[in-house]
Amino acid sequence: MSYEATFKVWRGNADGGAFQDYTVAVNEGEVVLDIIHRIQATQAGDLAVRWNCKAGKCGSCSAEVNGRPRLMCMTRMSTFTEQETVTVNPIRTFPIIKDLVTDVSYNYEKAAQIQAFTPPADVKPGEFRMQQVDVERSQEFRKCIECYLCQNVCHVIRDHEENKPKFAGPRFLMRIAELEMHPYDTADRRKLAQEDFGLGFCNITKCCTEVCPENIHITDNALIPMKERVVDTKYDPLGFLWRKFKSPDSKRSRG
Amino acid sequence: MSEIERHAYDVVVIGAGGSGLRAAIEAHEQGARTAIVCKSLLGKAHTVMAEGGIAAAMGNVWEQDNWQVHFRDTMRGGKMLNHWRMAQLHAQEAPDRVYELEAWGALFDRTKEGKISQRDFGGHRYARLAHVGDRTGLEMIRTLQQRAVSLGIDVFMECTVTQLLKDGDRIAGAFGYWRESGRFVCFEAPAVVLATGGIGKTFQITSNSWEYTGDGHALALRAGATLINMEFVQFHPTGMVWPPSVRGILITESVRGEGGVLRNSENKRFMFDYISEYFKQETADSEDEADRWYGDHVNNRRPPELLPRDEVARAINSEVKAGRSSPHGGVFLDVATRRSAEDIQRRLPSMYHQFKELADVDITKEPMEVAPTCHYVMGGVEVDPDTAQSIVPGLYAAGEVAGGMHGSNRLGGNSLSDLLVFGKRAGEYAAQYATGLDARPAIADADLDGAGRHALAPFESDSGENPYTVHQDLQKTMQSLCGIIRKEEELRQAIDVLQEYKQRVPHTSVEGNRQYNPGWHLALDLYNMLLVSECLARAALERTESRGGHTREDFPQADPVWGTKNIVCRAEGDGVAIAAQPLPEMPDELKKLFEEPAE
Ligand SMILES: Cc1cc2nc3c(=O)[nH]c(=O)nc-3n(C[C@H](O)[C@H](O)[C@H](O)COP(=O)(O)OP(=O)(O)OC[C@H]3O[C@@H](n4cnc5c(N)ncnc54)[C@H](O)[C@@H]3O)c2cc1C
Ligand code: SF4
Ligand code: SF4
Ligand code: FES
Repeated sequence: MSYEATFKVWRGNADGGAFQDYTVAVNEGEVVLDIIHRIQATQAGDLAVRWNCKAGKCGSCSAEVNGRPRLMCMTRMSTFTEQETVTVNPIRTFPIIKDLVTDVSYNYEKAAQIQAFTPPADVKPGEFRMQQVDVERSQEFRKCIECYLCQNVCHVIRDHEENKPKFAGPRFLMRIAELEMHPYDTADRRKLAQEDFGLGFCNITKCCTEVCPENIHITDNALIPMKERVVDTKYDPLGFLWRKFKSPDSKRSRG
Repeated sequence: MSEIERHAYDVVVIGAGGSGLRAAIEAHEQGARTAIVCKSLLGKAHTVMAEGGIAAAMGNVWEQDNWQVHFRDTMRGGKMLNHWRMAQLHAQEAPDRVYELEAWGALFDRTKEGKISQRDFGGHRYARLAHVGDRTGLEMIRTLQQRAVSLGIDVFMECTVTQLLKDGDRIAGAFGYWRESGRFVCFEAPAVVLATGGIGKTFQITSNSWEYTGDGHALALRAGATLINMEFVQFHPTGMVWPPSVRGILITESVRGEGGVLRNSENKRFMFDYISEYFKQETADSEDEADRWYGDHVNNRRPPELLPRDEVARAINSEVKAGRSSPHGGVFLDVATRRSAEDIQRRLPSMYHQFKELADVDITKEPMEVAPTCHYVMGGVEVDPDTAQSIVPGLYAAGEVAGGMHGSNRLGGNSLSDLLVFGKRAGEYAAQYATGLDARPAIADADLDGAGRHALAPFESDSGENPYTVHQDLQKTMQSLCGIIRKEEELRQAIDVLQEYKQRVPHTSVEGNRQYNPGWHLALDLYNMLLVSECLARAALERTESRGGHTREDFPQADPVWGTKNIVCRAEGDGVAIAAQPLPEMPDELKKLFEEPAE
């Protein structure tokens, strides 16, 4: 069942680096992360890689495997032939720290700019009443494991460092949509979405949706509705609030 | 080492899981200058992996539920070895902590009335677990993370603490390194909250991640604090078995809560053969009654598949030993014949996904193969129940790293609630302590130098052993000699072998430089795993009975005398000294709760 595979793994840091070849054993049922760990344990003790859960739940182990953005822990070796060379390099959109580890602080900075969930002041903890159908839309987006694969593939920032200050990427535009669709949220983040997070840059190519390991319909369910909402109600705060509470299409009725 | 990076805070929280985040939020809200330090990126701590739910007696599904019932279930689940006061506070405060999460943006699954829905779990008399599908931990950590970020709390991510610093008998701060650069950093703080999680990486088959190297347990011991209940390790009954690379990955108990049953190679629902005297009164004795229970908890008793985890894990172990195992040495967990494909996909989406992707098994059509996996440590830092303070002034502990709350066995869902209840308390009292001091403790330069030298030692020796190899060997030792079923000669052997590791660990050497070097990080973590392993082995040898997460082949019964004692570990020389200590006495009004009949 075991065989020897050829791996090319990018080794280096911000100053530069190169692919290095490893010949390494592969056993039945293993995933790419297992092989990276075997290389680390037997051939390259200082090979840097992030991981935690090894079950697709934490979003730590993102990399590009044979050019495809993937979670290494969910990429089974059986998807390659035994002869195929498996190439692993760090995700491209973020600066390299070392080997497969990149500097993802961009994402934490964008996250910090979003106004938190803002319930009405008169609703006390324990008093929230919401129907399952009304929470499901936001729940879909809350499945996000923050692997940043969608951020990695979005062409607006993938090879355009200059767009990073003006564009927050699909993950954080979706976070805005999630809050906007929360039945009890009262804040208005349309201006943030449009002006600071660059919603207008998105031309709905759906590349983000295609790579999402959680199968979240980022473009259809979050980005497009956000675009509609921004256009619909642009700079009309009163009308916006009215819709927010009354319209069955925006925020739904409460439980 | 005067040029070292320094930061000054009132409260430093080590750990960014549920307990650490909750502690930091509370400390911040009490007005303390607060920082969080964690080994992984923010949002990746173990808590993110929790699946099933948060136990809290909100009574949304069964209005008969209340804190007294939850308290009683928790104590009985822990075989009465829990600290009664912790179990009481936990049961009383958990509902408010859950409601708070909702007010911070968490979106739990709902009941028809629009309240937070609650699901069944092992050992809980009523459906009690607030949940979001089977990704409750993700919802919890994201909510707390977003709350902490919006409050502007400083987070030092990918930063590992290797030593606590003291001024006399009290805490003065913490020393660590940035994983990215390998540079050292010193936190000056009169109060430190340990929220570092568990020790699972000392075992070979485990549901735990690389972070679970017992750092907080070891930091506490070395700082002079005590650990209790270290012999009690929870082996979760349902870990994945096949293929080998996923061995140990967790299958949530919700599969059984949602109707899944265990069968052996003869297709028998074998759990009916393993109902102990202790749980007889409250457990169904026929498949019919067990199946009716899902619709009517009041007139039927609970299925034996939902007995506490220690009971189920031992039963699976026995079936496998008796030769009635599934093809790869586990037993079958079947939900496919019990619930519709649609229900399974909706209620257990991440389990469906996990099996499909990792094992080529469609759980809506086929049974899963399962076997016990090391999951949780009941033992931890001995703390004051109300304040979460250890015996060292200024040192607090909450979450999995703290001991006492769960006694000899933790009920599912009681960890997430524990994190919230005691995380909040630790943050609150740490803040009060720190801001109430007249003078800030000082850190001695010599201590920083010593901590730095220790951290760099693995770069000094170049002829030493590979830390990965030493780790794998240690895991094998613990798995085979201190695992789910224990006996005297093996525990003695374990203690001997651990002495040999004391020679090996300081002689590991690492390649490369200090920049993001996992081999170096592991070499340092090994010291912690070794110390924790010794606690475990010594306490397990001492406790000559079987109870909860500690099973002795040579002493298969629970011993009422041991039922009144904790084993306490403290650091002594380069090893561990243990002593028995009487359990605190439960007040009479709580004792009464155990006199009523079980049903
Ligand atoms: C797969 C799985 C499923 C589970 N499901 C459930 C469930 O449904 N319900 C339930 O109640 N419980 C469940 N549990 C148990 C529960 O998830 C854990 O016990 C709990 O999350 C531990 O939380 P914590 O806050 O104590 O620590 P963690 O969330 O583990 O966080 C530990 C933190 O400490 C940091 N840390 C550790 N050492 C250091 C150091 N030296 N320096 C700096 N930082 C450090 C880590 O980086 C991390 O941030 C599950 C566990 C697993 C593994
Ligand atoms: S759909 Fe929009 S956000 Fe997603 S990848 Fe395309 S441009 Fe980027
Ligand atoms: S939306 Fe999907 S791809 Fe993007 S970060 Fe979240 S889980 Fe990853
Ligand atoms: S290790 Fe958690 S997603 Fe891969």
